Amino acid sequence: MTQLLNTLTETPSQTAGPYVHIGCIPTFAGVTGIYPQDLGLSPIQDGAKGEQITITGSVIDGTGWTLRDAMLESWQPDAAGKFPGHPNADPAVTGFARFAADKDSGEFTLRTVKPGAVPARNGAPQAPHISLWIVARGINIGLQTRIYFQDEDNSQDPLLARIEQRPRVDTLIAKKTGPGQYRFDIRLQGDNETVFLDI
Amino acid sequence: MTDLGPLIPRNRAIHPVPYDPDYKTSVPRSPGLPLLSMESTPSEETGPRFGHSLLGALDNNLILNFTQGAAPAIGERILMHGRVLDENARPVPHTLVEIWQANAGGRYRHIKDNYLAPLDPNFGGCGRTITDENGYYEFLTIRPGAYPWPNRANDWRPMHVHISVFGHSFGQRLITQMYFEGDPLINRCPIAATIKDRSQLDRLVAPLDMSKSRPLDFLAYKFDIVLRGRRQTMFENKLDGM
Repeated sequence: MTQLLNTLTETPSQTAGPYVHIGCIPTFAGVTGIYPQDLGLSPIQDGAKGEQITITGSVIDGTGWTLRDAMLESWQPDAAGKFPGHPNADPAVTGFARFAADKDSGEFTLRTVKPGAVPARNGAPQAPHISLWIVARGINIGLQTRIYFQDEDNSQDPLLARIEQRPRVDTLIAKKTGPGQYRFDIRLQGDNETVFLDI
Repeated sequence: MTDLGPLIPRNRAIHPVPYDPDYKTSVPRSPGLPLLSMESTPSEETGPRFGHSLLGALDNNLILNFTQGAAPAIGERILMHGRVLDENARPVPHTLVEIWQANAGGRYRHIKDNYLAPLDPNFGGCGRTITDENGYYEFLTIRPGAYPWPNRANDWRPMHVHISVFGHSFGQRLITQMYFEGDPLINRCPIAATIKDRSQLDRLVAPLDMSKSRPLDFLAYKFDIVLRGRRQTMFENKLDGM
């Protein structure tokens, strides 16, 4: 026998299910009149500093079918790499967004400012990125990943450097499709499966 | 700001398996390759904070919030309450807790739910609150009904309330489901059974709590939630910029 640990264990996850929108984005689900507006409609307010960008994409299952019922959340710093609450952080950047795949097309859209670089805990420079969390029916624990940018220098990023199979790095890099426009598709399984994180 | 240390790595053994053929939708939606594990960075250690100004007076009262108090929802009136703690057993104060659920008949107010049980004109099915300084939260709601779903030929979800919690770090983000003590459908549910350690599934089953029940008004169920903690240590560099 040993002494008992006085620590607790994290509550187990369960799938968000098909009706996650009712709880998290009720207006999107057609449940109006309870909250004035859905949470996390935009990660930026008017006057946010930096390059305005739009990221569009889809969440695609192992058969190549696009999910129509996924919900995503993103978290990022401002254009200078400061998170809300940091000294000198841009007050017009809340950093958090919640968005759903369109119920017909499955496309999602994130309009934000391009984030600045944030160093890792040991001070190593991380390339600019947006953290992403994906939940849906069939996903038993929310999937964490990151969006990096094709037109940034990603060569020194410590997370990308840890991906052994180098072609997989590409799955975390949003492709530039026009000025301020990026494409980021998430493949849950199979060919070109997106790298998902445990951090 | 003090460096609270990196997030304690997630113990994936207590969580559901991502791929479970008995929960059919998980089959094409679960990653086939291992997750990339790494120590947390500020991107995971920071997170959105929401203030009380976000909340309306009835946001945590699902019996009344859909009609803004004009008429109560039909069903078994319950108080759902508990604390949000971290793995170090510290309360998580001032964090947003959101819930959603079906009505007393097991019907969701969602365009895609076509179950024949009727909608309750006085029930919306979502609520939210912010924990107090001790990590405490409470909701007044009606007990949701069980409902059938297209999985195997005759699968029924146990009564459950979906719960979303933020914590203070984006890496703590958690969505789960609360089940009710004594519900025989829990043992037959393929979604509940994605958790392979029975003692961990039991932690999602809320006990009846007569101490919080209000006579002639509502029964109570207690549901505590534990989020990831931070591995505080004296021997590491300060988190840059914190």
